Amino acid sequence: MTDTNLTYKKPRRRQDIAFPIVNAILLILLMFVTLYPVLNTVAISFNDGTDALRGGIGLWPRVWSFKSYESLLSDPATYQAAWISVSRTVITTILNLILTSMLAFTLSRKEYVLRHFLTTMMVLTMYVNAGLIPNYLLISKTLNLSKTYWVYIIPTMFSCFNMIVLRTYISGLPEALVESARIDGAGDFRIFWQIIFPLCKPVLATVALFVAVGSWNQWFDTHLYNAGKPYLHTLQYLLKMKLATTQASANAAKSTADAMTSTTQMTPITIRCAITVVSAVPILIVYPFLQRYFVTGMVLGSVKG
Amino acid sequence: MSQMVQAKPGKRGGIGGFFSKLWSQKQLMLMSVPIAIYVFVFNYAPMWGWITAFMKYNPKNKNLFDNPWVGWDNFKWLFNRQEWLGVLRNTLAMSLINLVFGTLSAILLAVLLNEVITKAFKRTVQTVTYLPHFLSLVIVVSMAQNIFASDGAVNQLLMRLHIIKEPVFWLGEGKYFWWLVGAINVWKEVGWNSIIYISTMTSIDPSLYEAASIDGAGRFQKIMHVTLPGIKSTFVVLLIMNIGHLLEAGFEIQYLMGQNLVIDWSQTIDVFVMKYGISKMQYSVGVAAGMFKSVVSILLLFLANFIAKKLDEDTLI
Repeated sequence: MTDTNLTYKKPRRRQDIAFPIVNAILLILLMFVTLYPVLNTVAISFNDGTDALRGGIGLWPRVWSFKSYESLLSDPATYQAAWISVSRTVITTILNLILTSMLAFTLSRKEYVLRHFLTTMMVLTMYVNAGLIPNYLLISKTLNLSKTYWVYIIPTMFSCFNMIVLRTYISGLPEALVESARIDGAGDFRIFWQIIFPLCKPVLATVALFVAVGSWNQWFDTHLYNAGKPYLHTLQYLLKMKLATTQASANAAKSTADAMTSTTQMTPITIRCAITVVSAVPILIVYPFLQRYFVTGMVLGSVKG
Repeated sequence: MSQMVQAKPGKRGGIGGFFSKLWSQKQLMLMSVPIAIYVFVFNYAPMWGWITAFMKYNPKNKNLFDNPWVGWDNFKWLFNRQEWLGVLRNTLAMSLINLVFGTLSAILLAVLLNEVITKAFKRTVQTVTYLPHFLSLVIVVSMAQNIFASDGAVNQLLMRLHIIKEPVFWLGEGKYFWWLVGAINVWKEVGWNSIIYISTMTSIDPSLYEAASIDGAGRFQKIMHVTLPGIKSTFVVLLIMNIGHLLEAGFEIQYLMGQNLVIDWSQTIDVFVMKYGISKMQYSVGVAAGMFKSVVSILLLFLANFIAKKLDEDTLI
C-alpha cells in the first residue's frame, strides 16, 4: 500500500504567495520607521555644529565632527549627571527588589493574619492617586526631601504593581519547600532570604529591568525638586534643559537656521543630539540582552495573569 | 518534657487569639508592616491634601486649618475659565486619538507578526519595535524635534513624494499638535502594546485555523474570523482600562513640546495642574483640578466596567 497523504493540502493561490511578501515589506518598513529617528539623531550628533544648522541631515553625517562629544565629555557637569543617574538607578533597583519581594512573600503566606488587609491596601493604591500637588506638598513640605539626593530614592523604593507580580509568582512555587524549611526550624525571614528570594530570579530580573529603566528615564522629579541644584541633576534633566532652550528659540523663528540669528541663546543642535545619544546609550546597549525577560514579565503581570 | 504549657496560636478564641497568632508571626510582621506604613505615607496620606481644594491654601500657614474655607469656590472658578474648557477638550482629544490609533496599530502589528513564519524575522521585528518603549520621553521628544523640524526628515520625505510643496511647521502650529502626540505615542508604544495581543493570539486553538482551512478560508479570512475574535476579550479588558485613564492623556510630551505657540492645543489637565498649582503656586486650584481628574477617572472606570458586564464580556473588576 502506497503512502496516502492524509493532510489536507490547500491549492496554492496567488494570495498565499503575495501575503507573506506584503507582510514582510510592511514589517521591514515599520522597522525602518522605528529606527530612523534614532539613527538620524546619532548622525546629527556626529555632524559639525555649523553645518548641522543647514538642516537636512539624513542617516549619515555630512561633515564629520567629534566636537559635540568632545565638548560634552570635557564638561564635568556631564560626569556629575551621569554619576547621579547611574547611582540612583542602582540603589533604587536594589531597594525595590528586596522590599517588593519581601512584602510579596509575606502576602503569599496563606496563614498570615494581615494578609487580606494588606493585599487590599496595596491593590487599592493602583486605582487612586492623590495627584501631583498633594504628592508634591508631601514630599517637599512634610518630608522635606526637596533639594536632596534622597528625593530620587525614597518615593520610588517600592511598587505595588511589581509586588503583585512577584506575589503571583511566589504563590506558584511549591509549598513543600517552605514546609520542609519550617520543619527544619527556619524562621520566616530565613525562608524568604535563603530559599524564596533566590528562586525568584526570573521575575526579579524583569522587575529589575522595569525599575531600572524607569529610574534612568526620570527627569520630572529633578525638575520639581532639584532644579536649583546643578550637582543633583540627572542626565535626562541635562537633556531636558537643552530642549527648553531650543523651544524658546523655536518660538521666535521657523527654522533652526533663523534661530541662530535671533538674540536668544540656542544650544547647538549637535550638542543636544549628543546628549540624547549619551542618555540613550546605556539602554540601547543593554536592551538586546534583556529582551527575553520583559516579554515573560509582561505576560506574567498582564491583565490575564 | 517541659512543664510549661506552650500557648498555641489561634487556639485561644477571640481577640486574644488574634494577638497571640500575630505575635507568633512577628517575623512576617516585621517584613511587611514597615512597608505598609511606607505605602500609607506615600499613597494614602496625600489624599488628605484633597481638603485643600476647598480652602484657599497658603503654604506659609503652619496649621492646615488656618487656611480659609472657601467651599466649592475653587471648582466654580475652574469651570468658568475658558482655558479650563480648552484643557478638557485637549485632554480628551489626545486621549481618544492615542486610544484609537494606539489600539488599532497594536492589533495590526500583532496580526502581521502572528502571520510571520520565520521565527528569526519575527524576533528581529519584535526586538526593534520594542526598543522605543524603553527610551525616555525627553529622548523621544528630542528625536521628534529633529524629525519634524522644518528641514527634518518628515518634511523632506513629503516634499520628495510631492505631497507638499513647502516644509510644514509641524512643531509650531497648534492644529498639528494632537496628531504629533498621537504619532509619537504610536511610534513609541506600538511594539510594546502589541505584546499582549501577540501572546493572546498564540493561545488561540490551532484546530480553529485548521477548521477554517477546510472550509476554504484564505489568509485574510482566517484573520478576520479566527484571529480577531480570539483576541476580543483581551481587547475589551484593555479598552476598559484605557477608558478609565481617559483623562490621563499625558503630561511629559505635552509639557516638553507644548510652548506658547501651541499652548491652546497642548495643555492637558496635568500640564494645567503643573502650571497653576506649582509654577503659579495656586495650590488650591491645582488640587481641585487634580481631584476632579482622579474622581472622574474612577467613575469612568466603573462605568466602562459596568457596560462591559452588561454586554456579557470579561471584566476588569
